[in-house]
Amino acid sequence: MLLYKKPSLLTDTNMHYCPGCSHAVVNKIIAEVLEEMNIGTENIIGVSPVGCGVFIYNYIDIDWVEAAHGRAPAVATGVKRMNPDKLVFTYQGDGEVTAIGTGEVIHACNRGENIAIIFINNAVFGMTNGQMAPTTPLGMKTTTCPDGRDPQLNGYPLPMAQLFADIQGTCYVTRQAVNTYKAVKNTKKAIRRAFDYSLQRKGTSVVEIICACPTNWKMTPVEANKYISDFSVKTFPLGDLKRP
Amino acid sequence: MFHHLLLTAVHATIQQGNVNIDNNRCKGCGLCVATCPAKTLQLSNNVNTRGYNFSQQLRPNRCIGCASCALICPDACITVFRTGLRKTI
Amino acid sequence: MLLKGNEALALAAIRYGVDAYYGYPITPQSEIMETLIAQKPWESTGMTVLQAESEVAAINMVYGTAATGRMAMTSSSGPGISLMQNGISYLCGANLPCLIVNVMRGGPGLGTISPSQADYFQATRGGGHGDYRTLVLAPSSVQEMADFVAIAFQWAFRYRNPAMILADGTIGQMMEKVTLPPFQQRLTASEVAKLHTWASTGRREGQQRNIVSSLDLDPAAMELKCLNREQRYQVAIDNDARHQAIHCDDAEILIVAFGSAARICTKTVQLARQQGIRAGLFRPITLWPFPAQALRQAAQHAQHILVVELNAGQMIDDVRLALTTQNNPTTTPNLPNTSNHPNTPTITHYGRLGGVVFTPEEILNHIKNIHTAPPTQTAPPTQTTPPTQTAPSTPPH
Repeated sequence: MLLYKKPSLLTDTNMHYCPGCSHAVVNKIIAEVLEEMNIGTENIIGVSPVGCGVFIYNYIDIDWVEAAHGRAPAVATGVKRMNPDKLVFTYQGDGEVTAIGTGEVIHACNRGENIAIIFINNAVFGMTNGQMAPTTPLGMKTTTCPDGRDPQLNGYPLPMAQLFADIQGTCYVTRQAVNTYKAVKNTKKAIRRAFDYSLQRKGTSVVEIICACPTNWKMTPVEANKYISDFSVKTFPLGDLKRP
Repeated sequence: MFHHLLLTAVHATIQQGNVNIDNNRCKGCGLCVATCPAKTLQLSNNVNTRGYNFSQQLRPNRCIGCASCALICPDACITVFRTGLRKTI
Repeated sequence: MLLKGNEALALAAIRYGVDAYYGYPITPQSEIMETLIAQKPWESTGMTVLQAESEVAAINMVYGTAATGRMAMTSSSGPGISLMQNGISYLCGANLPCLIVNVMRGGPGLGTISPSQADYFQATRGGGHGDYRTLVLAPSSVQEMADFVAIAFQWAFRYRNPAMILADGTIGQMMEKVTLPPFQQRLTASEVAKLHTWASTGRREGQQRNIVSSLDLDPAAMELKCLNREQRYQVAIDNDARHQAIHCDDAEILIVAFGSAARICTKTVQLARQQGIRAGLFRPITLWPFPAQALRQAAQHAQHILVVELNAGQMIDDVRLALTTQNNPTTTPNLPNTSNHPNTPTITHYGRLGGVVFTPEEILNHIKNIHTAPPTQTAPPTQTTPPTQTAPSTPPH
């Protein structure tokens, strides 16, 4: 009996992500969820980001719009307003959501746009070689804080999910991870909920996913996933912050 | 956990499974090897067409078909089958 | 109907069946969004009107709507248009059609809210990063504010590129009699899907997915995409350059002006003719593509070209390029060789800056100075550029 196979919406293209990258796990989960929802690909439009996640449009076999860095929630607004009955979601990294695109994401949430935001938080800027992000935990070393993040110099990890939860326009805010198979199962449930709420026009859903970037964290994939369990969750505790 | 089950259960049954790994899609990250509760997987000493030490199933008869490896696999390389129940004692 | 330019443009957009407007308030164009919202077009045509949190968000909402094959527009003024440039570059890169309205004010920086034409370079050179142009229409009346909405969208979809209406505070704010275009139905979802097969509207069963993107990491593939864009631009240059010529046939002094400056200069030409001065006006209606060939023809008898702009001298660069370049690379080949032009006219500029608007009489006085004095000695205090720029008498080798 077949128990698990690669979702058919995931293309045969080899993903460009580094070995053990959590981006790939989440791409796969999104494809699984979209397939299980069985709403027809004509009813799904994804908005892809700038950063490592940009090529998600090569991996999931649906229509895509590639947005400028950080502007995905504005682009998704433009898409969704024209297609109010379709599932519109953004896939964005922490550079987008917590740095350059804070304005767009906050205001999309505040308008209660019926979109889902999949927010990949791996604590660094992956595509540009691992610079510090607003989400970098205190003490973590990156190429732009080589001695570890110092709050005197660089401030504190930005708790965006808490902000989203406080905004009236959001209906569902959750923080998940994909570092264990149980976490993967939970993340899949969370993404499914977010997509369902979007289609039910309950408001904006945000699924923050604590991800590993083994290459830029200079760890093996197994070590990176363990780092999430041992350290990352202290800065970013997992769980639902808001449910409808 | 499952070893515990094996030792204590009398006439207990456990799931038996099998996996099929797409060697050429695999990047040898080793997450499946670390996740597998039955320790059936191992990275190969050989490399695939892209130069990665791909994952392979060394002890298929120990596979319990839990699909943990497939869930954690970033590149969706693993297909999992349940082949039936196996009497433990 | 008596309307402000900004109002006429807004009403024309609803009537043309535009699908969405996204904008952020800025003087002197805030009436566009206010008029749209007062009309409640979502109840009549189904048009979306949304006040965005910034110009950056507005242009990216335009990008999203355009990516679904829909007619999207935004409007702003210089400071806001500057913020939009990144988005405009992405729209060009992703081959998306849209309309951007710039009701210019004086700058740079926060500048002033009074009328200006200082965004000519920004509009006609692209403005953002990368090799691209926007199709730029410059209205000089309230009627044209209304009429250019349709032309801009037709061109935007024909060339799969943003089009811009470059107005200024004068045209946006002044009231004039205007005939609005008739109502037109918005396209249905199935019509859009059939017409714009490139649009990301949801992959239909058995079809390939559409990816609207400006990215391609393969240089060879990227070059092909860029060359394709240049080919489209060449078609626009060959077919869609527009101008208006007033008394150009026998003009010794040819004024070149666009938008509100052209409107003022129309009166100047009238006054000059009454006083026996053979003046003419050449008004580029499209600033890009620039009507270079038509200008060469209009300038055949001119002794002097006076470029009149509400800026420090921007369009004068295009006038010089049109009149002094043997083979203008931005126009079609096999044009008349201008270096053999019987007259090589002098080309000078007259401009007011910082939101100050000249009067017809002011320009007329300037013309009289040129007319009576040898051009090389003319240097009135208001002149903003060195008084003469003589065209080369021999072609460059």
